[in-house]
Amino acid sequence: MKDNLQILTEAVRGDRKKVFARYGQKPSKAPAERIIRWVLRILGGMTVGITAIIIYILVSDAIGFFRQVNFFDFLLGTQWEPFGFEKKFGVLPLLSGTLMIALGASAVAIPFGLGTAIYLTQYSPPWFREFATPVVEILGGIPTVVYGYFALVTVTPVLGYFFPEIEVFNALSASIVVGISILPMVSSLSSDSLRVVPVSIKNAGYALGMSRFHVVTKIIVPAAVSGIVASFILAFARAVGETMAVTLAAGATPTTAWDYLHGIQTMTAFIVQISLGDASAGSIEYFTRYAIGLTLFVLTFGFNFLATRIVRRFREVYQ
Amino acid sequence: MIKFDARRTRRYQIYGVIFQLVCFTANTVALFFLGYLLVDLIVSGVAGINWNFLSSPANPNPDRAGISSAIIGTLWLMFLTAAFAIPMGLGAAIYLEEYARNTRFVRFIKLNIQNLAGVPSIIYGILGVTLFVNALNLGQSLLAGSLTMALLVLPVITIAAQEALRAVPDSFRLAGYGIGMTRWQVVRYQVLPVASPGILTGIILALSRAIGESAPLLLVGAAGFIAYLPISPMDGYTVLPIQIYNWTARPQAEFHAIAGSAIIVLLVVLLLMNAVAIYLRLYFRKKLSYLHS
Repeated sequence: MKDNLQILTEAVRGDRKKVFARYGQKPSKAPAERIIRWVLRILGGMTVGITAIIIYILVSDAIGFFRQVNFFDFLLGTQWEPFGFEKKFGVLPLLSGTLMIALGASAVAIPFGLGTAIYLTQYSPPWFREFATPVVEILGGIPTVVYGYFALVTVTPVLGYFFPEIEVFNALSASIVVGISILPMVSSLSSDSLRVVPVSIKNAGYALGMSRFHVVTKIIVPAAVSGIVASFILAFARAVGETMAVTLAAGATPTTAWDYLHGIQTMTAFIVQISLGDASAGSIEYFTRYAIGLTLFVLTFGFNFLATRIVRRFREVYQ
Repeated sequence: MIKFDARRTRRYQIYGVIFQLVCFTANTVALFFLGYLLVDLIVSGVAGINWNFLSSPANPNPDRAGISSAIIGTLWLMFLTAAFAIPMGLGAAIYLEEYARNTRFVRFIKLNIQNLAGVPSIIYGILGVTLFVNALNLGQSLLAGSLTMALLVLPVITIAAQEALRAVPDSFRLAGYGIGMTRWQVVRYQVLPVASPGILTGIILALSRAIGESAPLLLVGAAGFIAYLPISPMDGYTVLPIQIYNWTARPQAEFHAIAGSAIIVLLVVLLLMNAVAIYLRLYFRKKLSYLHS
């Protein structure tokens, strides 16, 4: 009797794994069942193997690079000239190019994405929401190479009217299109967390006589802030890893000068450049790809990890 | 003691209107951007689409260049990627949701899949060129390209399938166990049929991501100039996004124009796939609505 009650309570609490593990059938001993179990187990574990292979490849070849280049010269050097006689391997120009794009893109995506999310979840009439939500999602489904085309063919000429001195390849147009490409990520992830704020606390605000403006800005947005901040970080990480648009539109001149009207080079664009050239295996140019790839991997992995932690640490759980 | 202050109420109302207007503008600007870019694209590119453009291979002369080799390459790549990624992603999801207990290792796998989905695609390109092209000696073939793509979309498919499996009510499983089914029978006959629309939607969306993705393929060697159609998985190939990249990267305006035409073709394909996914979701939501009532 007590057993059944226990099963019931645990099932109601939703921990079905535990219920099955304790009270369900014993795993079948039939050979077919065993084979299936093992195949699935291997497939489940394989993703860990993929991560391990990525890390192994990046690290083992980056070691080849750091045998020839001092680690601190790489990390703190302000000149990146991997070709020619006087090679210099300071990562800061590539890092600053990447940050310029990611910050510029965030400056576009965060205000517009958050505004879109707040409008669509709090103010919009339902028919407009039904129409606008999929349209915004289409923006996110457009391939990044298309955004590169837009930057080069559409956005840069328009910018030329306002800034006559702008270069053909410039950081500004690349930042704008990367910003548009990550906007749907900000808006849909923020919408998700705005939508789950319970009606009860919203109504509590109205019951206290708060205006709608204050209910939205003082209750709903703060309640969803963990998801909103996580969406910012994830979108920033996406912008850091963005490749095609910056390769096409931002140029190939690594520099530490923060001038949005001039060409720059990001880490991803450099990886493409070195891969399209013919660096022979074992040469130092060949190894740069892995050193830069490792830097990129560590950066984006760090941001993603941070986003998960923020959600877990600051999420308000509502019943 | 709180006093009623009509002026303050009025002020908050004005704030509210302004704030709503600001949010509305943000939303409209996003939609306006999309509209502007698409109109500009259609104006410059739609004239270039005709049967010749769709049926001729790449050509150094922009007037005679076409996208047939890119279309065939994209189809090849999509089918091979699907053949590798779907069984792996689905298997991993079934294991994690239906078999695994909630141990520390399983939680680690789940976190790891989340993180893999956030790894930039170009890193997968480095993985592909080092592992498949060089170490396994597959060369710059369709096989190497699609294996790379499969690894890229694997976490996306796995996460979508996990969510679809999680949405199946436990009563279905318990009913199966109640009549003495084994775990695999429950998965095969109870859970998968109900979860399949969600899984299918996830697969279509993941494949549409694979079709548009080009950064890893640049590294594993999808060449821009392929004047023949690939006929086996070991052939060289090009795909639509790579073709677009190569044409856009040239300085001449004629190539930009045909890049625009190729983009329209690519976007139409992606839009169709998304439409199918949305249709499936709506159709099955109606059909399985008894689950939620």
